[in-house]
Amino acid sequence: MSVAGPSVTGMEERWTSEQVLGLAPDAASRKAGTRLSAPGPWSDTGCTAPAGREGTVVWGLCRGSGSTPYRTVADLGGPAYKCSCPSRKFPCKHVLGLLLLWSAGPGGAVGPAEPPEWVAQWLSARAGAATRKAQRAAGGDGDGLADPEAARRRAELRDARTADGAAELEQRLADGVRAGLAGADRSDSRAWEEVAARMVDAQAPGLAARAGELAVVPSSGPGWPGRLLEEYALLHLLARGVRALDGLPEGPAATVRSRAGRSVDSAALLSTRAVRDDWLVLGSRDSASERLTTRRIWLRGARTGAAALVLSFGAAGRAPDLVLPVGMSVDADLAHHPAARPLRASLGERHAAPAPGPVPPGTAVADALSAYGDALRDDPWLDSWPAVLASVVPVPLDDGWQLADADGGDALPVDPGARGRAGLWRLAAVSGGRPVTVFGECGHRGFSPVTVWSGTEAVPL
Amino acid sequence: MTTSARPSSASPSPSSATATPSWDDLVSTALLGVERRTPPWLQGADDPAAALLDLAAVRTVQRRAGLRPGTAAPLPEPARPDPRPELPPAARRRLALLLADRAAGGSGGRNGSAPNLAELLPQWLAAANAHGYRAPAPLLDALLDAARARSDLRPHALELAGPGALWLAALNPDWKFALRTTAPASPGAAPPPGPEERSTLWQEGLFAERVALLARLRATDPAAALELLRSTWAQERAEDRLMFVDALREGLSASDEPFLEEALSDRSRNVRATAAELLSALPGSALAARMASRALACVSAVPGPGGGLRLVVEAPAGCDAAMERDGVVARPPSGRGERSWWLGQLVDATPLSAWTEAFGLPPAALVELPVADDWQADLHAAWSRAAVRQRDAGWARALLGPLPEPAVRPAPVGDPARLLAVLPEEERAAWVARFVESQGLAESHSMLGVCAVPWSEPLGRAVVDALDIARDAGSYPWSFSGVMGLAERSLDPSAVDRVAPLAALPEETENGSPGAAGYWSEAFGRLAATLRLRATMLQELRPDPAAAP
Repeated sequence: MSVAGPSVTGMEERWTSEQVLGLAPDAASRKAGTRLSAPGPWSDTGCTAPAGREGTVVWGLCRGSGSTPYRTVADLGGPAYKCSCPSRKFPCKHVLGLLLLWSAGPGGAVGPAEPPEWVAQWLSARAGAATRKAQRAAGGDGDGLADPEAARRRAELRDARTADGAAELEQRLADGVRAGLAGADRSDSRAWEEVAARMVDAQAPGLAARAGELAVVPSSGPGWPGRLLEEYALLHLLARGVRALDGLPEGPAATVRSRAGRSVDSAALLSTRAVRDDWLVLGSRDSASERLTTRRIWLRGARTGAAALVLSFGAAGRAPDLVLPVGMSVDADLAHHPAARPLRASLGERHAAPAPGPVPPGTAVADALSAYGDALRDDPWLDSWPAVLASVVPVPLDDGWQLADADGGDALPVDPGARGRAGLWRLAAVSGGRPVTVFGECGHRGFSPVTVWSGTEAVPL
Repeated sequence: MTTSARPSSASPSPSSATATPSWDDLVSTALLGVERRTPPWLQGADDPAAALLDLAAVRTVQRRAGLRPGTAAPLPEPARPDPRPELPPAARRRLALLLADRAAGGSGGRNGSAPNLAELLPQWLAAANAHGYRAPAPLLDALLDAARARSDLRPHALELAGPGALWLAALNPDWKFALRTTAPASPGAAPPPGPEERSTLWQEGLFAERVALLARLRATDPAAALELLRSTWAQERAEDRLMFVDALREGLSASDEPFLEEALSDRSRNVRATAAELLSALPGSALAARMASRALACVSAVPGPGGGLRLVVEAPAGCDAAMERDGVVARPPSGRGERSWWLGQLVDATPLSAWTEAFGLPPAALVELPVADDWQADLHAAWSRAAVRQRDAGWARALLGPLPEPAVRPAPVGDPARLLAVLPEEERAAWVARFVESQGLAESHSMLGVCAVPWSEPLGRAVVDALDIARDAGSYPWSFSGVMGLAERSLDPSAVDRVAPLAALPEETENGSPGAAGYWSEAFGRLAATLRLRATMLQELRPDPAAAP
């Protein structure tokens, strides 16, 4: 890693190439950007990290197939990018190539320079837009405060709608058990999709997602009746919780609300309950669906010891904005979303650039499993809980993998959903049959490894 | 899932239970439907379906909360430690990028202005190995995948990957190839083990380990290596015997002759052929003498019509059992005459010194003698193969002829690229440079391919000049894409000073093809970019931390 020591204001911090590639919207962009990471096509490059700004600004001209070179600029404070190329990818390969070139370090092709006119113009236009946005936001808050009564009425209406939806859902689930689940394997996938749509109308996207998943369990292979009953039962429990919200204590009520899909106001949370800590980035993993890329970033506070999960989303063709390099430590504000067992969190102001973090202390596999069990007391809908395993050996078996305590006879199976991943072989490569520290999610399906430490270096899996 | 549930404590929902149903009871009741059959433990509930789901929820959470670890399977034996130094950080990042580019489908177009990184992987690996580095453990899987996809990468990739890769290959069937690939002995490799250890490794080692042991021992103590091979020869599989015999090429001497003579009777034809080839490369061997006497019997020098000598060829009339035992293949490939086929094999296996001694003429004079009845092509082609096989620079030089003159097509003799490979590097580069200067690039590709990388200054200059001339002549750059690709990989990075100015966009010339100037400018720009990248890559591999940022 090229980054060393805490950041000094105005001093430039270069990203790692992993960090830059984390911005790429897809594999094709990663490849194309890598191709452009050589000095060849670039000219008039430069970067600056003016004091008082959060991130470095990097720019350059890239020769493409046309006669005029593309003007490429990236502001890592946002991050925000601009390129004169016609690509619809965002960021485009030119931005990625430029940033990779810059990430090679101060001895490389991109050195500190005064921004040229076109860069300065873009920066001042962005600053202007940010100010206007802030003013609008301030004005919006004013409106909200002006009529707290209306806001309260809207919330009540929404709660009533959700409760109605939950009652209907509960009825559907009971109907299913009354008639027997044996018919579920053929008949009712369409029916559950309809129920899911009604839950969206009831402003309970969490219920909708769970209801939609019921449709696929019967085709999930041997043992499906048991799994289907588990899902029926947990959704039944959630629907009951939604209907009983008024009577629940604050913590469980918050957990039920967030499980039902009620969003939280991150800005408000950050202004009232933010905790500043050195947050070690334990892992980062992207999962893509048709319309959305979700990036999950797991953190652990050095002083508070608290676990946190931050999500960042990117629409199709765009990478999630938030990039935190695994293994680094970030001095930042963070606010957990209210819950009986807080995990989801929003990241607030970052006070310094990420600095290399320590190898996190971990536990034996039995303790990781107990921690999951303990968390279930507060949130019965948890499928897993983040865990750092210290001193485990990955073992490939005929029918999957396991992580075994290096001293002691305990082992955790690797989540069958993670078995096909190439990352397991990288885990084995790093281990070489010797004990390693592994971060991952530990749950009822087994352990899903996310990061392994090779010496002091964190390796994403 | 090996994880098992803790025996669950009974906690049924108070309103409905009369006895404690098992999880299986719950599942079968739900499957069947409580409407059809309401079990005793649900009777009395207001809504049996809801009560069942309540119970199931409690049980699910109980089961999940009570999960215990499974029992560990036997742990694998750890990989042998790799004592070589780690790559400098910049070089490590470079390797990750090169491998990522390959994984993303490295082939890419020739048209872009950016270099094709996958093409640079082989020389990056060779350079890293020359420094004696080890691969970073987190990149071993990508390195093995790269070597799996491209067998030409295997020796270098596996050398860099070291013992960690062999350990992984023993676990993952996709990487089995690594156990049968021999990595060149690295400079930092351990010296050959003592006789005791040696024998154990030879008896019990993996194929790759055995071949490596044989090669290492052969380099220091050829007789001991032969001894080791003889100890198990009869039990080896045919394809292994072939590789082992081939390992004798290193340090070949007259003391190997008795063993090789025996191998001429081997069950496997490939082993026999290899043994015959090695024997024919031993000028004093009985086989070489037998082949020489057969070959010389076919060729005689007689005074020609103009008074000088000419060669008359009488090809063998048959292929007897003795010839076959000496490695001559009796059946020609389709389309070839038997007699010329046999003649070719006899000449191939005859020590070239036999000709100069028998006729009292140096190679150049022999090559210049006219040959009667259209046998010249056969005879010269066979001499060329013998020169390649016996690595005889004198004969190779004679068969290639003098340095090519402008406007004179050199008479094609055998395969010039293979003959060139026999010449010392410097002479080879000079010959090809002259060829390119006088003949252009059209037939130069395979010859350029045998020149040592990076190309010598005169050769690099000749190729760049020839490309410049091709541009002025108005052709399109993709007619030269093969040479361009070679140049990207092989030009000395310092040649960038000659290439970079050519990337400037010139005026369209009158006789140029439409748009060609732009394409050429792009092609030269890309060439310059690759050369700069290669210079950076080599710089990054230097161990001095001040040199690699």
